[in-house]
Amino acid sequence: MLPPAKSTTAAETDALFHFITSTSLILLLGITIAIIYFAWKYRRRSEDDVTPVITHNSKLEITWSVIPLILVIIVFGWGLTGYMNLTTAPDDAYEIRVVGKSWLWEFHYDTGHVSVNELHVPVDRPVKLVMSSDDVIHSFYIPDFRVKMDVLPNRYTSLWFEATEVGESIVYCAEYCGTAHSNMLATTYVHSQEDFEMWLETAGSEDDDLDPVARGEQLVTRNACDTCHSTDGTRLQGPTFQGLFGSEREMDDGEIVVADENYIRESILEPNARITAGFQPVMPSYAGTLDDRQIDAIIEYIKTLD
Amino acid sequence: MATNDESKNVRKLQVKRFKPEENPEKHYLNQEKGLWAWMTTVDHKKIGLMYLGSITFFFFIAGVLALLLRTELLTPARSFMDADMYNQVFTLHGAIMIFFFLVPSVPTVLGNFILPLQLGAKDVAFPRLNLASYYIYVVGALFTLFAIFTGGIDTGWTFYTPYSSSAAGGNIMAMTFGIFILGFSSILTGVNFLVTIHKMRSPGITWNKLPLNLWGLYATSIIQILATPVLAITLLLLTMERMLSIGIFDPAIGGDPVLYQHFFWFYSHPAVYIMIVPGFGIISEVISTFSRKVIFGYWAIALSSLAIAFIGFLVWGHHMFTAGQSSLANMVFSFLTFLVGIPTGIKIFNWLATMYKGSIDLKTPMIYALVFLFLFTIGGFTGIMLGALAVDIHLHDTYYVVAHFHYVMMGGMVMAFLAGLHYWWPKMFGKMYSEFWAKITCAIIFIGFNMTFLPQFVMGSQGMPRRYFNYIDQFQSFHQFSTIGAYIMGVGFLIMAAYMIHSLVKGKPASSNPWGSRALEWQTSSPVPLHNFEHTPVIINGPYDYHKPMSEFQLGITASQHAHHADKPVDISTQEKEQA
Amino acid sequence: MSQPSSVEEKLDHLQHHFIDSDQQFEASKLGMWIFLVTEILFFGGLFAAYIVYRAWYPELYLLASEELDVFWGTVNTFVLIGSSLTVAMAIRSAQLNQIRGLIINLWITIGLALTFMVIKYFEYVEKFEKGILPGAHYSYEGIAHEKANIFFSIYYMMTGLHGIHVLIGIGLMIWLVFKAKKKVFHSGYYTPVEITGLYWHLVDVIWIFLFPLLYLID
Repeated sequence: MLPPAKSTTAAETDALFHFITSTSLILLLGITIAIIYFAWKYRRRSEDDVTPVITHNSKLEITWSVIPLILVIIVFGWGLTGYMNLTTAPDDAYEIRVVGKSWLWEFHYDTGHVSVNELHVPVDRPVKLVMSSDDVIHSFYIPDFRVKMDVLPNRYTSLWFEATEVGESIVYCAEYCGTAHSNMLATTYVHSQEDFEMWLETAGSEDDDLDPVARGEQLVTRNACDTCHSTDGTRLQGPTFQGLFGSEREMDDGEIVVADENYIRESILEPNARITAGFQPVMPSYAGTLDDRQIDAIIEYIKTLD
Repeated sequence: MATNDESKNVRKLQVKRFKPEENPEKHYLNQEKGLWAWMTTVDHKKIGLMYLGSITFFFFIAGVLALLLRTELLTPARSFMDADMYNQVFTLHGAIMIFFFLVPSVPTVLGNFILPLQLGAKDVAFPRLNLASYYIYVVGALFTLFAIFTGGIDTGWTFYTPYSSSAAGGNIMAMTFGIFILGFSSILTGVNFLVTIHKMRSPGITWNKLPLNLWGLYATSIIQILATPVLAITLLLLTMERMLSIGIFDPAIGGDPVLYQHFFWFYSHPAVYIMIVPGFGIISEVISTFSRKVIFGYWAIALSSLAIAFIGFLVWGHHMFTAGQSSLANMVFSFLTFLVGIPTGIKIFNWLATMYKGSIDLKTPMIYALVFLFLFTIGGFTGIMLGALAVDIHLHDTYYVVAHFHYVMMGGMVMAFLAGLHYWWPKMFGKMYSEFWAKITCAIIFIGFNMTFLPQFVMGSQGMPRRYFNYIDQFQSFHQFSTIGAYIMGVGFLIMAAYMIHSLVKGKPASSNPWGSRALEWQTSSPVPLHNFEHTPVIINGPYDYHKPMSEFQLGITASQHAHHADKPVDISTQEKEQA
Repeated sequence: MSQPSSVEEKLDHLQHHFIDSDQQFEASKLGMWIFLVTEILFFGGLFAAYIVYRAWYPELYLLASEELDVFWGTVNTFVLIGSSLTVAMAIRSAQLNQIRGLIINLWITIGLALTFMVIKYFEYVEKFEKGILPGAHYSYEGIAHEKANIFFSIYYMMTGLHGIHVLIGIGLMIWLVFKAKKKVFHSGYYTPVEITGLYWHLVDVIWIFLFPLLYLID
C-alpha cells in the first residue's frame, strides 16, 4: 500500500504502519466472525425465547481493557521513537532554505542559487530543510521519504531526510492553500554526491548558451509562471501571456496601461502594485529569485506569444 | 434535601397496570392541526420532526455536493468544474455535513423525540427554549444559504487562518456568523437535555435505570455546553479578524495562525464526540432490544461515554502533529489520543457480549447496528494508525485521513442514526416501513460505502493529499472506483427516501411495541399521545430487563397523583390490576 | 393539565409539563447555572488568547496597561459590585412579596449598569482619539512595542463582549420591571428574578477578573 521507501527513516515508519495494519486486520476479523457467528448461532427461534441474565464478567472485562491498553502503549512508544528520529536532524545535515508561496516552492542553496519547484539533493547525506511561507500556510510533503511539515508565515519550521537512492520523488503541498493548491507540486532530484556538486556549480549558468527566447521559455516553466499564466490564451488564475505584450490592459482601478517592458518587469518584481481587472492580487514577488537578465529573457519570450 | 424531611417525602404509590391503547385515534400528529400550530408548537416530538425535515434537507444538499466532487474527480484534471468551484464545493460539503447534519442530527431529532419519552416526562424541561433552539438553527442555516448565494466560501470547513482571514474570497463572514448562531442552538439543546435528565425523571428512574441512550445524550450534552462556546468565540474572533483586522490570528498584523488552530480544534475535536457518542447510545438500545437480552456491562457502557467525553477534550492537538507544535506537546496529545481508544474498545466488546446467547432478530435496525460495529471498528483502528506519531507524519492531510473520518462519521454516526431512525420510526409515525426494501437498501449502502472509502485508504497511504482538484495519473483508477461507490450509495439513499415516504402514506399501522422492547418509550401508544403518557409512569424494572415477562412492563399510575420526583425516594407497591 | 392544589397560591405560572412549582423552579435554576458554565467557557476563549500572548510578550502587557485608566476602572468595579448587591436585594424583596422594593431595587441596578456603560464609553472615546484602535487600525505611537495593537485587540474584545453582556442584562431587568408592575411575581414565583440575578452576578464576576488582568499589571 505504501509508496517505495527512499529515505533512511522510511523503513521504521513502514514497519509500524504494517504492524498496526496487520494487528487491526486480525482483530477486525475476530470481531466480524463473532458478529456473524452470534447472529447465526443465537438467531431468534421463537417469540418466547428466554435469554440468560449476564450483566457483567469482571475477568473478561479486565482482559479486554488491558490487552488493548498494552497494544496501544506499544504503538505509542514505537510511534514516538520514530517521530523523535524524524525531528532530530543530524548536526552535519546539508541545509536548504525552502520558501512556500501561493502556489510554488522556492529552494535557496548555500551557493546563492535559487531553484523553483525543483529540489536538488545529494544521496546518502542528511539534508535539512528550513522552511517558511510568504503568505498562507502550506505543508511540504514528500511521500517517498515519509516526511511532512507545515510551512508557516510567521516562523521557521524544519524537516530533514537522508535519501537512499538516486532518482526523482514528487513533492506535494499538503495544506489547503487556495485555487491552485493541487498544482503546488515540485520534484525532488536525488543526485549522486558528485553530480550534486556539479549541479550546484553549473546550475546558475546552465542556460547561458541558449538564445533569450528559448531561455525565457525555460524560465517560465522552471519558475512555475505557467501554473497561473497560460501561453495559449486559456484563462487561469492570472492573465494569459498570449497577446499580452504591447496590448492595452485595464487595471482594477480603471486605469489603462500598455503592457510594455516596464509594466512586465514591475509585474514580476512588485506583482500587487497594479492588478489587471478581474483578477485577484495573489501573485508572489519574484524579486531576489530572478535577476535582470532572466527578466529580460522572459520579456523576450512573452513578446513572441502573439 | 434535608434528611429529616425524608420520611415525609416517601410516598406510597399505588401502581396500576395499563396497556397502551393500540392505534389511537388522537395522537400528537393530529391533535393540533394547521401549519401555524406546527410552527409554534412547543411539543418536543413535533420539534424533533421539524429537525428531521431540516437535517434531511441539508443531508441531501451536502450529499449532492459530495457526488459532484466525486464526479469531478473521475479525471485527473478538470472534468466539468474549475478549481475555484471545486474548492467551494468541498468546503460546503464539509461545513454543511458537519454543522448542519452530523452535529445536530442525533440529539435534535432522536434526542428530542425520545429523551422525554424515555424519562416518562411530558416534555423537555424548557419547551419554549427548545422551539427557540430550532429557530436559531434555522436562522444560522439561512445565513449559510445567504453566504452560498453571495460568493460562497472556499476555505475548507476548518477556516484556517491566514487563508480565511486575508487570502480567501467569497462571503466568509456570513458563513462563520451563521455557524456562530448555530452554536447557540446546540448549546441551548445541551442545557435543555441536561436539566431534563436531572429534573424530569419519572418516579423510579434512578441513575442506574437510565437507558443507555440517555447516558449517551447526557455525555453529548456536556460536550455541547463545554466545547461549543469556544467555537463561538473562535468564529467571533475570525469574523472580527475579517471585519476589523484585529490581528489575533493574522500574522500580517502580528498574530499567530497556529493559535487559531488550537482554538478551532479545541471545539472541533470534541465535536466529533458530539456526533458519535449519541450514536453509541442508540446502538446500545438496538442491540439489547433485538438480542432480547439484558445489556452486558451497563455501567461500563455508561461510564465509557463519559470517559470519552472527558478525554475527548484533551486530544485536540493530534490535528496539529505537523503544524509545528513542540515535540513534547505532540507526545502528550498522541498518548491521550490512544487513551480514547480504550473506552471505545470496551463498548465494542460489551455490545458483542450482549449478543452472546441472545435471541437475535435481524430486523433492519439491528442490521444497521451490526454494520455500525464493523465500519466503526475500521474507523477506530485507522484512528489508532493516525494517532501514532511517526505514521501520522506520513498520512496527515492525505486521503487516509479522509477515509478514516468518513468511516467514523458515515460508517459510525450515520449508520447509528439510520439504526435509530428505523428503530423509532414506528413510534414516531405509527407506521411500519417495508422490511424487505429496508434490508436491500442497507446492503446497497454498505457496499457503496466500502467501495467509496476503502480505495481512499490505499490512495492516502500512497501519498494522495486531500482537497486536490488535480491529481497525478496513478491515482485515477482508485478515484473512479470510489466515484462509482458514491453513486451506488446515492442510489441507496434515494431508495430509502422512497420506502420511507411510502411508509408514511401507505405503511401498515405499527403496534405500540413492534420490537418487544422493555424500554419506557415503547410502553405508550404509537404514534405517541400528545402528552406522551396517559398516566405518569412509575418505573420498577430497568429498560433492559428482558428476563422478566412483558406483562410487568405495562405500568402507570392514575393521573391525579402529582408532586413526585425521581430524586425523592418512593415506596412502590404494585397492585395487580389489569386494565384492558 | 395543572392540578388544583390545596396550597393557597397562584399557579398560573406552572407550565403543564412540570409536576409542581418546586420542580419548575429547580429546573430553571439548574438550567441557568449550566448556561453560566457555557458563558465562562465563552469568555474562557478570550482569556486563553490573553494568557498565550501574555506568556509570549510579558513586557507588552506592562507597557500597554499603563494606557488604561486605573481610576475609572476602579470606579466601575465598585459600580458593578454595588449593582450585584442591589440585584440580590431585589431577589430578597421578591421572596418577601415586597413588589415595590423589587421594582426600586431593579431600577437602581439598571441605573448602576448604565453608569458603568457611560464610564466605559468615555474610556473608549479617549482611546479612539489617541488612535488606540484594534489590530490593523492601530496608530498610537506612545507604546514602544510592535505588538501593542494585539494587546488592544484583546482589550477591546474582552471589554466589548463584557459590555454587550451588561447591555443584555439591562434589557432583562427592564423586562423584569414591566413584569413586576403587572404583579406577575410573588413569594411563590420569582424564578425570572432569581435567574436574572444569577446572570448579573456572573457579569459582575467576569469584570472582577477583567479589571486586574487588564488594568492592574505591575
